[in-house]
Amino acid sequence: MKLRVPLILCFLCGLLMIVQFFIPHPPFTNMYEKLLDWAIIISIFTIVIGLSSLIKLHYTRIARKTPERPYSVVVFVGMAVMATVGIINGVNGKEFEWLFKNVQVPMQATMFSLLAFFIASAAYRAFRARTLEATLMLVAAIVVMFARVPIGSFLWQHIMPDSVLQWRENLPEDVAGWIFNVPSMAARRAILLGVSLGAVATSLKIMLGIERSYTGSGE
Amino acid sequence: MADFIKKIANIDRRYIFILIALTVIIPLLFPIGMPVTETKEVMAVYDYIEKLPQGSAILVAMDYDPAALAEVYPMTLAVFHHAFSRKIKVVGMTLWNTGAALGELAMREAAGDIARVGEDYVYLGYVVGDVNVIMRMGEDISAVYPTDYGGKPLAESPMMKGIKNYKDIALIVDIAAGATPELWVAYAGDMFKKDIAVGCTAVSAVGYYPFLNTKQIIGLIGGMKGAAEYEKLVKSRGTATAGMDSQSIAHILIILLIIIANISYFVMRRKDKLLKKA
Repeated sequence: MKLRVPLILCFLCGLLMIVQFFIPHPPFTNMYEKLLDWAIIISIFTIVIGLSSLIKLHYTRIARKTPERPYSVVVFVGMAVMATVGIINGVNGKEFEWLFKNVQVPMQATMFSLLAFFIASAAYRAFRARTLEATLMLVAAIVVMFARVPIGSFLWQHIMPDSVLQWRENLPEDVAGWIFNVPSMAARRAILLGVSLGAVATSLKIMLGIERSYTGSGE
Repeated sequence: MADFIKKIANIDRRYIFILIALTVIIPLLFPIGMPVTETKEVMAVYDYIEKLPQGSAILVAMDYDPAALAEVYPMTLAVFHHAFSRKIKVVGMTLWNTGAALGELAMREAAGDIARVGEDYVYLGYVVGDVNVIMRMGEDISAVYPTDYGGKPLAESPMMKGIKNYKDIALIVDIAAGATPELWVAYAGDMFKKDIAVGCTAVSAVGYYPFLNTKQIIGLIGGMKGAAEYEKLVKSRGTATAGMDSQSIAHILIILLIIIANISYFVMRRKDKLLKKA
């Protein structure tokens, strides 16, 4: 019974959502709108789950006196400050906005900006034409990097003689465009189709009760 | 010579970090002003908004966080600038919780003195739900957002009187750092038959060419270059245009580093083969 009720509910809700798609008339449209409203409300509880999970993780680190516990203290202090300021003055308040603009935005942007340095270093160390596939990838990467910035067109148009420019005014951009629109798109489309078919198969398995991980039964 | 090649191959990565830092900082301080040429993907978005009648409404979903700011914030401002200058109403919202405050900042900055909140634009903010939010807004926007981000009831906004759902929206522009364009295309585009334009980071842009090819999206603004192209089209020079010089020089540096690394690799490999033969 404990397992059957969620499985039956899951099947019925899934079936209703499929049926309403093909019958866009009352009462199915009303049912569809209500289900969406309920789904949005239930989604809000995921924030509570995420928050409790974060608190549990960092509290455990502090309690066990792990070497990283100062950072866990920082997490709690940051959470408390932002929550307090947001609740007291509102998310539109000057204080919350100041904290967001001057603390969170620069820190998050900086973390992401570090990638530029590590990518350059990784490219220098790891990007080697060891095999045919690696060479193809290397050539494609160099062409795209060259063509996707203004200097690519600029150098091409200032270095190449007029006869070549008459044949191809912007060859780097044309080649990069071909890479995006032909081989890259073919691969991306194949991945999208595979993922979509996988999502359909998984959804059917969940609806039919074959996939039961959401019930916590471990199957 | 072989020792020199070996030193080059194993150079301390801090030298590479310094070179990258210099290639980014110097062009920002001493701009070169390299010309930006528009691509047809960006032109498609510009032309679509340019052809919209005055008084139309567009929905701009700002689905990004501060990490992607450098690439997508300039294109957000450029799109808003374009819409406001053409007297097109803008409904702003986001599916990313860390983007909620950013969206409000962007709309306020772009609006300046040329657009007024409630009359020319409304910022709805963030509601948890992703797909559910997209689908529900297709029926009734006020059911998901009864108030705007500032807490004012949507019914009190003069602009929202004529906007109930996607039928009253001419174009949806999703400016994203993640995979939300796929959700907008699948649910708003295919289910509700809305035209979708996508702005995204350069890394993600290549993934949206299949949608561009099948006309599921009408145009694509990819990365900082796409943002710079849009700034050029709307004649509003911003941080994307300023960043193009740095990005150009940094790309050339990385290409040169890769070439040097491969030359050293092949020289070392040849030397090892000769040693083994000997």
